[in-house]
Amino acid sequence: MTRIDLSGLVVRPSQVWGGVRLVPLVRDEPVEGLRLRREVYARSWGPDTVDVGDGTAYTSYVPHGFVADWGGAPGAAYGTRLGDEPPVAVPVRRLARRRRGEPRLRFLPLHLAVEGYLALHFGGPSVLWDEWSGEAVRRGLSPRAEAAYAGWEVPGLAEALGVFEIHPGQCGMMLYVADALAAAFVVPHPDDYRLLHATLVEDLFGELVHQYAHYGAPVGDFAASLGDGAGVSSLADLRRAAVRAEREWAEAHDGLMARDLLETPYAFERVHTMGGFRLFRFLPPFLRSGQEQHIGELISDCRGRTAYLKTFRLSEKQIRRGHLLRRLADTDWHLGRTAEALGTSYAELVARITRAGFGALLDHHAVARRLRDSEEG
Amino acid sequence: MSDLLAAEDVLLFVNAAVTATGQREFRDGAEEQRLSLGFLHEYVRVNYRPLYAAALALDINDHNAALIVEQLLRSSRDAGAEEVRREGRLIAARLARLAPQRVYRLFRALRAAGVNNRRTRAIMRDWLAARPDLAHDAVKYRSGLKAAARHAHAAFTGDGGETGDFLFAPRRRARYGQPVLEAFRRARHDQGALYELPFTVAEGFAARHGVDREVFLKRMTSRMTRLERLRTQPTATGLSVMPLTRLALYVLSLSFEARRERREELTGALRAAARRVAGPHAGSWGRVAAVLDDSWSSSGSAVKRRRPLAVALGCHFLLEALAAPGAYAAHWTSGARDPLLVRPWGATPLGARILDALDGSADRLVIVSDGWDNAPPGLAGEVLRVWRARLDPGHRIPVVHVNPVYDAAVFDVRRLAPTVPTAGIRDAEDLPALVEIARFAEGREGLPALRAYLDRRVELFLEADEGRPA
Repeated sequence: MTRIDLSGLVVRPSQVWGGVRLVPLVRDEPVEGLRLRREVYARSWGPDTVDVGDGTAYTSYVPHGFVADWGGAPGAAYGTRLGDEPPVAVPVRRLARRRRGEPRLRFLPLHLAVEGYLALHFGGPSVLWDEWSGEAVRRGLSPRAEAAYAGWEVPGLAEALGVFEIHPGQCGMMLYVADALAAAFVVPHPDDYRLLHATLVEDLFGELVHQYAHYGAPVGDFAASLGDGAGVSSLADLRRAAVRAEREWAEAHDGLMARDLLETPYAFERVHTMGGFRLFRFLPPFLRSGQEQHIGELISDCRGRTAYLKTFRLSEKQIRRGHLLRRLADTDWHLGRTAEALGTSYAELVARITRAGFGALLDHHAVARRLRDSEEG
Repeated sequence: MSDLLAAEDVLLFVNAAVTATGQREFRDGAEEQRLSLGFLHEYVRVNYRPLYAAALALDINDHNAALIVEQLLRSSRDAGAEEVRREGRLIAARLARLAPQRVYRLFRALRAAGVNNRRTRAIMRDWLAARPDLAHDAVKYRSGLKAAARHAHAAFTGDGGETGDFLFAPRRRARYGQPVLEAFRRARHDQGALYELPFTVAEGFAARHGVDREVFLKRMTSRMTRLERLRTQPTATGLSVMPLTRLALYVLSLSFEARRERREELTGALRAAARRVAGPHAGSWGRVAAVLDDSWSSSGSAVKRRRPLAVALGCHFLLEALAAPGAYAAHWTSGARDPLLVRPWGATPLGARILDALDGSADRLVIVSDGWDNAPPGLAGEVLRVWRARLDPGHRIPVVHVNPVYDAAVFDVRRLAPTVPTAGIRDAEDLPALVEIARFAEGREGLPALRAYLDRRVELFLEADEGRPA
């Protein structure tokens, strides 16, 4: 599995509000056997701290969690809980957690994806070259941090979601800001979507999306056009022309606007198997070709069709960081060989590492010595 | 050219004055609506003052009527003597029809704006003099009347100065001769007296005395206005007297089960209300097809809850009454079949529904929608344009679009296509009159025809006013 497969989902005409374009994805038939619902964790305001037990404290801000239910319980909608247990507000502050024997998985939206990105080569240098500091060798990239904006901080997004008219059978949404794909969201069932639509405003969005929304101009509608109506001699002709106009938009969208998301080969990592469904997270190739790069998480059914999808668009800076880490790892963290592979000089590579925020990993005396040596040599 | 432009501007203003209320809509905030409407009023007043005043004679909503009066009085010096006289008659006639609380609010706005010319004072005094019972107003609209009297230098001489004393020197008299003033005085310490007061005033006293709400409502029933009764005891109110749109709003506020249970009763009431509105025109429109918008945006906003949908529902029953028996076809955008169970939901595939409607054999097509055609965007306009150009070049089937939502960004209601006349609508009851005015919006009749139409409406309006009992 290397690509995202959105077969079964049909693109419907987009709805525009200011600079935000929302493209609904509609299923003819819901995915059988999997439901997704939202779980709001009872908590006080502010970040939540959980003592994991081994002396580690895990601090997180969690707007809500998702519960994937493949037990075949029909119509499990918001707030429904099966069994006679008291309402569960389990602090699932792990990747994804499943209780023993229960056909249900609790996970936090985008948590898997973001953690996958943060943990990229988290262990640090695999070979102890003397330019790496002792700290880097001992603790790896820790602490590793990335910043993101909550949905309500993205100007215009909340209004756009509020005035959006959900289509019958809608199971997903592609969100564009200034016509750049910001996020894709797919769920298995239309009822789930109607309940989870509003939670998009609590999601994470990258710096890029925030900037585009801030500075971007309003985008135009893709208005249907029937031309001058030549060849229309009856109402049936007119109806055919109208259907054609709608199909043209769907093709234009898949081929033009969502191409980078759908055609990029991703590195998928399986996190969980639940019945016939598998939960993955994926990372992009971190190419610096100017294409969009998304990280995300996905549940696919046994035939590989997507039942659940949530993506996060990386900003240029984040792509650069991922790219740099990948290249370093490819050459076993040897600075000289990495510089060669990147087609740049040793000094420039050091500058890039520093700019990317990894300066603390370098032993600057060793680096300076190496630079002096190479100059003298 | 300038004539056409003027006609367009005036129609645009009429559309705005019918629909906009300065409140939040589904897409615009209250502030945007107010700003946009304020600009429009000023623009039309400065450029087309006589037509601006004539708008008072049309079925515009009360919010805009009050705004027009305020604007006219604020700019008295821009009008000539003859114009002032004509405006004065229109203003007096309109104020007589406005709800008193709105007039008091208008007076307060004039006071806040520092408008105190002789003309304004005369208008205020005339209006106050025509009030049937000032003592009742003194109790129910106490601060409003007080402010108005102060501003207009009005004297209360009718009842031996009792009302004046009640407002301005409440300690001067130990008791009053007027029953309502006396009841207000006694209600402070006597529970029995509060049942002689107007409902809104009695409510405050009842809370102070700790009267049980149930008992209170039961005993107050006879003293409530119709709307108060509807608000407090919806089930006990006779549905047969309610106006069409109000009734539609009430039906939409009920749960699906309640609507199903009371299907006969509700449908009967809606049909009866529609027949009352249709009057002599019932059954005279021939075969009618309607496209009605029940998309999510027809849910309105928190302050105008389900208003667009209620207008569509009212239009549904009204068109059914206007069409020849059995010759009416409704096409809801969601594909709903049962009008009583509509709910605001889903996208707006107007284009596809218009195709469905044209497919039948209709003599007339009416579209009720907020104009946000989004599945796909713009298809409705394209369908109507191509259909007109290729399949109905002779204008055999008239199409009219009525829109209940003012769009602040375009200073008008949103249009579907330039070839389709669009009119703003506030109450479904106004539909027949709007279809008449919509023909000006097609751009085929110019300003003289519009002016003649307005003059006729003004005459009818003033005649009706003079015929009213003082």
